[in-house]
Amino acid sequence: MTDFSIIGKSIAMVDAAGKTTGSGKYTDDLSVPGMLIGKILHSPYPHARIKRIDTSRAEKLDGVVTVVVGTDAPNPYGILPVGHDEYALALDKVRYVGDNVACVAAVDEFTAEKALELIDVEYEVLPAYFDPEDSMKAETNLIHDNKPNNIEKDYHHVFGDPEKGFAEADHIAEARFIANEVTHAAMEPHATLAAFEIDPQTGNPGRLIVQSSTQVPYYLQHKLSLVLEMQMSQIRVIKPLVGGGFGGKSEVIPLEIIAAIAARKAKAPVKITYTREEVFWAHRGRPRTIIDMKTGVKKDGSITAVKARVIQDGGAYCSYGVVTILYSGALLGALYDIPNIQYDGYRVLTNKPVCGAMRGHGTVNVRFAFETQLDELAAAIGMDPAEIRQHNLLKPPCVTVNGLRVQSYGLPECIEKVVERSGWKQRKGKMPKGRGLGVACSHYVSGAANSIIRSDMPHSTVNIKIDRDGGVVVYTGASDIGQGSDTMVAQITAETLGCTIARVRVIAADTDLTPIDIGSYSSRVTFMNGNATLRAAQDVKKQIALAAGRKMNCAAEELVFRNDLVRRKDFADKSVRATQSEASVSGRVEGQILRGSLQQKRKDEGPKDQLSFEEAVVAAIDFHGALSGTGSYAPPADARGGKHKGAGVGPSPAYSYSAQVAEVSVDEETGEVTVHKVWASHDCGRALNPVSVEGQIIGSVWMGMGQALTEEMAWKDGMLMNPGLLEYRSPSSVESPEVEAIIVESIDPEGPYGAKECSEGSLAATIPAISNAIYDAVGVRLHECPFTPDRVLAGLRAKKNAKYINLTEGVDPTSPKTFREHGGSLWFRGKGPQRHPLDPSRREAAAPAGGND
Amino acid sequence: MKKELIELRVNGRSHEIAIEPSKLLLDALRQDLDLTGSKRGCDDSSCGACTVQVDGIPMLSCTMLAASCEGQEITTVEGVSEHGSLAAIQKAYGDWGGSQCGYCTPGFMMTVRHLLAQNPNPTEAEIRSGLSSNLCRCTGYSQMYQAIKAAIEAEQKGRAAVPVAG
Repeated sequence: MTDFSIIGKSIAMVDAAGKTTGSGKYTDDLSVPGMLIGKILHSPYPHARIKRIDTSRAEKLDGVVTVVVGTDAPNPYGILPVGHDEYALALDKVRYVGDNVACVAAVDEFTAEKALELIDVEYEVLPAYFDPEDSMKAETNLIHDNKPNNIEKDYHHVFGDPEKGFAEADHIAEARFIANEVTHAAMEPHATLAAFEIDPQTGNPGRLIVQSSTQVPYYLQHKLSLVLEMQMSQIRVIKPLVGGGFGGKSEVIPLEIIAAIAARKAKAPVKITYTREEVFWAHRGRPRTIIDMKTGVKKDGSITAVKARVIQDGGAYCSYGVVTILYSGALLGALYDIPNIQYDGYRVLTNKPVCGAMRGHGTVNVRFAFETQLDELAAAIGMDPAEIRQHNLLKPPCVTVNGLRVQSYGLPECIEKVVERSGWKQRKGKMPKGRGLGVACSHYVSGAANSIIRSDMPHSTVNIKIDRDGGVVVYTGASDIGQGSDTMVAQITAETLGCTIARVRVIAADTDLTPIDIGSYSSRVTFMNGNATLRAAQDVKKQIALAAGRKMNCAAEELVFRNDLVRRKDFADKSVRATQSEASVSGRVEGQILRGSLQQKRKDEGPKDQLSFEEAVVAAIDFHGALSGTGSYAPPADARGGKHKGAGVGPSPAYSYSAQVAEVSVDEETGEVTVHKVWASHDCGRALNPVSVEGQIIGSVWMGMGQALTEEMAWKDGMLMNPGLLEYRSPSSVESPEVEAIIVESIDPEGPYGAKECSEGSLAATIPAISNAIYDAVGVRLHECPFTPDRVLAGLRAKKNAKYINLTEGVDPTSPKTFREHGGSLWFRGKGPQRHPLDPSRREAAAPAGGND
Repeated sequence: MKKELIELRVNGRSHEIAIEPSKLLLDALRQDLDLTGSKRGCDDSSCGACTVQVDGIPMLSCTMLAASCEGQEITTVEGVSEHGSLAAIQKAYGDWGGSQCGYCTPGFMMTVRHLLAQNPNPTEAEIRSGLSSNLCRCTGYSQMYQAIKAAIEAEQKGRAAVPVAG
């Protein structure tokens, strides 16, 4: 029934060849004449006052052009308007190991690294906070003076009547869940190249050109303008190819501003590329989250109430924190029908690298807790875990108790599909010991209905220009970070205009060329930029149709645009010549050359039944004088949520839905969990490019599996113990199971061609699907992820009533001692992070007393 | 450190470059020869994004000295495409979603080509273990397997279609 020629068909991404041949340029691949290399000096202390910085020795080193410190750009910034608490380089205090202190710009990397060792910084070390629950009790030595008890933000929401709900429940489960910290670890380390252009009028440095690996070029432009005190129009941000983001590049990362400050002072272009270790410190990943979850159900399976108290260990600065803690509460809604919700969320500051947005922003850890608890309740009332989920479905269109508008809702079909494909009914509970199946669901927003900076501005705008050659150029601010948004824009344009995709050229994410789009985050691009693209293409199409209709002696509405042809509807319907015309190149003749005789010839021919796309374009340009179109998108008012404090986060014009079944086996001797297969269905509205949609689903499930089994940031006194891709255990190909991606299309009434998000929503279901499968396999409920062998074994021993071995007994769980000391990078030698006082290597080395270096 | 002149043979061409003896092969390729296809994803040879072939063997160019490769035949991702067109494996990676952000792709190209050169018809388990030296954070690897199988098929069809000369 789908009557489309471009969308719905799997195609290679428009930038695929550049990626497979190596010709595509990422930020670190760029260089410009006279370019300097920047290196950043990071704080070795988790919390310290800077008493003195002396850069003179570094500046004297041959090859060093300049050294910048905090006072070179003292304006605060932050991604959220309520969270302007960061400085490009520390002004008076450092707040985590890795905080930015100074930056050297030198002729090469080697010189810059050498110069870092010559910068003398005198610190006054302050007491530091590493555990969020301790940090919440802090009264002195606050991380930020204006945040009492080190609480960045807390929210207390009550929807419906939770007390009454729990009173009505036949079964209530209550437990504490912990999800440990994970990070994006995108393959491309952050990189920024900043250069000033000389203004020909004044002869002095004028415009700033920044090329950066970012998901949010326009926010970067805005923050650069704040910190450097330049007009936004004087700053051009260009996004080259980006090697993955997952949220880690969805805010302004210190190096992006530091590079610009260094370039200003050095009077030369400066490129900074983080090492992999620095990427781990820059972090902005998913916070360690403590969830006290209470859920009540009736005997028939109906959920009566949910109460969640969530504490997030946010690290040293606000970042996206306020949004994260709100998402954690808001997205308790819009998946199931829950009449009563109580939510208490605390975003807490600690002296650790900053947490921010990561794939499935805010929802993942709470979803793990809820879906695991729902499984426990299903077992308690003797109901099938898939059935209890089917029993609590929403009845859309509806508005949830916490003000979220739900329209398209493919969850029922998602559950049906995974139950069927996995053989759930035949196999669940009947597998050999040690092997099991688990089910879980999740959802996510298709873009936040309210932008970070509250305004009436459209969230996306797209311009299209078509010239006489019939080439379609789309100018979009959408930031392709590997998910394929450029391809999505090309597909929607080509489908709408009925031309081939080869005609469409996408110019994206360059603040000088492309109209504003707020960026690639909260899975907003297909929905919002896709809608803006659709509207821009419709705008152009209308103009072409008007002119083509005059040529063809029919009304514009009677025209069909398809396969590079513009045809009268009645002719298109019965045309038998279609296949012939479709295949042939419609010819570049008249469009480009336009000799008088050809024009005359066309006139003589009289009305036609069809025009080639180029002929129609030429007709339109002749008629209108120029051919360009524009479209923009802002979410509708009724999708923007309720009125309570914090209501702005959570609402979305559409939600994606996911259901998953995981099959795992557990080795009861070693505690090792193996995931054999995951069946993952995802309601993406409509799959515009199925191969990409499947790729996003599989990627989400895979990343969720990493968080479920192996990925964890291990801390010791604010020091990250595993800042490398070998120690931070991202699953390799041998540990990665088969993921069967099942696309469910609910055709959203407001999405472009019915499409919704597909890149984040699936992640959250994977963790509880695996934990529920572990329960099915060995009867152990795990409340702390990742489900590493030690945690699984501890659970198994507790179940067997053997002596319970608590591996972290007497040990601060935020600073395990089982990880080896990481040596630190080259330029840390001699002045690196201080080892723990009890560390044998430190005693032997008789390190100089901490406090200054 | 004083620079020295060395001769590197990369993708069938010889290049004379002056570099510090301590320079890594990855840096020499990227900075001195402007072959930026090979990527730096980590600093401790754990990710495989910098994989190149040295005399046909996949090696991590981020932990090799450029000077140690004199006289050896280095192939980078820029040497994979054939006669200006995509090689079968490159085309298949695009068509089957084997590459998303693309940052790890050059490394995978080198690893997969070596795998297929050694074993033209690998089983799925052999592919999995063959790829385990390279990390990808986007794809979950699944679509790479499809791409590799498609490339093998395309190669076989291509070989069948072209009569063997001489």
